[in-house]
Amino acid sequence: MATMTVSTGDAVPRGPLSSRLTTTQIWGFALLAPYVLVFLAFVLYPVGYGLWLARHPASYVSLYHDPIFARAAVNTLIFLVIGINLKMLMALVLSGFFIQSRSWIKWLSVLFILPWAVPSIPTILSVRFMLNPEWGVINQLIFKLTGEDGPNWLNEPTLALSMAILVHIWKSLPFWTLILMTGRLAISHDLFEAADVDGASWWQKFRFITWPSVRTLYLTCTLLSMIWTLGDFNSVYLLTGGGPADLTHVLATLGIRYLRLDQLDLSMAAIVCALPLVLPLVYFMMKRLSR
Amino acid sequence: MKLPSLRDVGTEARLLLIGIPVLIWTLLPIYHMFLFAISPKEDAFAGKLWPDHPTLNNFSIVFNERHYFLSHFWLQLWNSTVIAVAVGALTLFIATAAAFSISRLRVKGGRLIMNLALFTYFIPAAFLAVPMYRTMGIYGLLNNHWALILAMVTIASPYAIWVLKQASDKLPVELDEAAIMDGATTLQLFRLVYIPLMMPSLVAIGTYALLLAWNEYLYAFLLLSKDTDITLPVALGNFLAADDSPWELLMTTGFIYALPPAAIYYAFKRYMVGGLTAGAVKS
Repeated sequence: MATMTVSTGDAVPRGPLSSRLTTTQIWGFALLAPYVLVFLAFVLYPVGYGLWLARHPASYVSLYHDPIFARAAVNTLIFLVIGINLKMLMALVLSGFFIQSRSWIKWLSVLFILPWAVPSIPTILSVRFMLNPEWGVINQLIFKLTGEDGPNWLNEPTLALSMAILVHIWKSLPFWTLILMTGRLAISHDLFEAADVDGASWWQKFRFITWPSVRTLYLTCTLLSMIWTLGDFNSVYLLTGGGPADLTHVLATLGIRYLRLDQLDLSMAAIVCALPLVLPLVYFMMKRLSR
Repeated sequence: MKLPSLRDVGTEARLLLIGIPVLIWTLLPIYHMFLFAISPKEDAFAGKLWPDHPTLNNFSIVFNERHYFLSHFWLQLWNSTVIAVAVGALTLFIATAAAFSISRLRVKGGRLIMNLALFTYFIPAAFLAVPMYRTMGIYGLLNNHWALILAMVTIASPYAIWVLKQASDKLPVELDEAAIMDGATTLQLFRLVYIPLMMPSLVAIGTYALLLAWNEYLYAFLLLSKDTDITLPVALGNFLAADDSPWELLMTTGFIYALPPAAIYYAFKRYMVGGLTAGAVKS
């Protein structure tokens, strides 16, 4: 992983800069001040305010009795466990595909980035229309091929949630594939040549060379993707709007739903309920990156 | 040149077997959007692979604002642009100053700030949306472009600081020492030594923040509501409110809206891929 690890500041010896404490330090504080102000006004204060709103035990009781919350919690878990693992597995396979040296694969990789490079709103709306039961291209195709009506994609909770997961995968797959490609390209080519000489099979090369080298990266990516997917509002909101009958909400959209209903305390309490899962992950990632 | 062996043909076929589905999967929603944009309404709804009468009429309707959903198209495009540029510039300023302070001046407490910033980076943005909305209300900034600009700067800065700090840690400390020997002040060091050396990372970060703001939907629709204030993605979302949405116009507007970020991404790909993805996950 030599190319991926960036040496941190600790390696730099303390030079004459830090000995000229006064003016340098004053400049240091002055230059750091804008971010500190942003942090205090737009991170610390809102977070504190949010936690203060979520202080009533009664909010958690009503959350507990709200079937939509329970459903959203289950949906979020499905989104994380199935969605993320499927996505990372696809990214792992595709990263192996895209490092093949063919000119047509190079061109394909340029196109492959498109879902990540374009904004998500228009493309999600495009998918939404594709899944329209009457006018959408998918059901029209099903009708032409089988003579039967296709499913009402966004009106059945299970199908609708699966479609939201697919949209999420479509959007973020290129990013993770790109990262895993970087990891794979960092593996010394000599190892594969030696394995070829020894007559290793495709699977043995993956199992004993590729996987041990990218394992840590793969796990880090999975964790990071879990944290970010918790905040994926667009895939669900713009595709299903939480419907039908509020059965496809995830935590990210549920907070906005409660806000709309003017139940601010429930909105914050729902997010606080996710913190026991999120904070350890966040802390772990923070430690990893600040090394 | 010898003929390809059976084994080579097999490998090539297997690669194509992955490549073709990948191509279809990637392009389908985008092509579908493009198809709607160049189709008259009847053709668009007929589920054809290519319209019988391709037309640019939809673009002309959008550009001339000839539909009540689009009556502020140019203004909303302008709003999106101003906000994205402001977020890019402000993030760049805040993050460069902070990274210089933490990495080169080794300011006291710099490490703590870096950790706090990273912590913010990993908190899902949707979780912060509701409290941010209330906070902006308290500050009296709701329905003001500054609300969205400041919110997006808050979201973009942590990662920006982290990437810039990683990049500046790699600059040799001797440079600073030499400049100070020559009598450079801290500000001169920042302006004349640091900024020029950091240029590639600065381009990457500026682009990152700009695209983040341009693409943002959730915060934009929470913080701005007047038709003359909102950005283009919020306007696109508003199309959905109606039952008889003009989908061909929605897709046309969406296509126009998606073009600049795609163009910027490919133009700065060199910086983006090196500067951002490799830094995003460190193993």
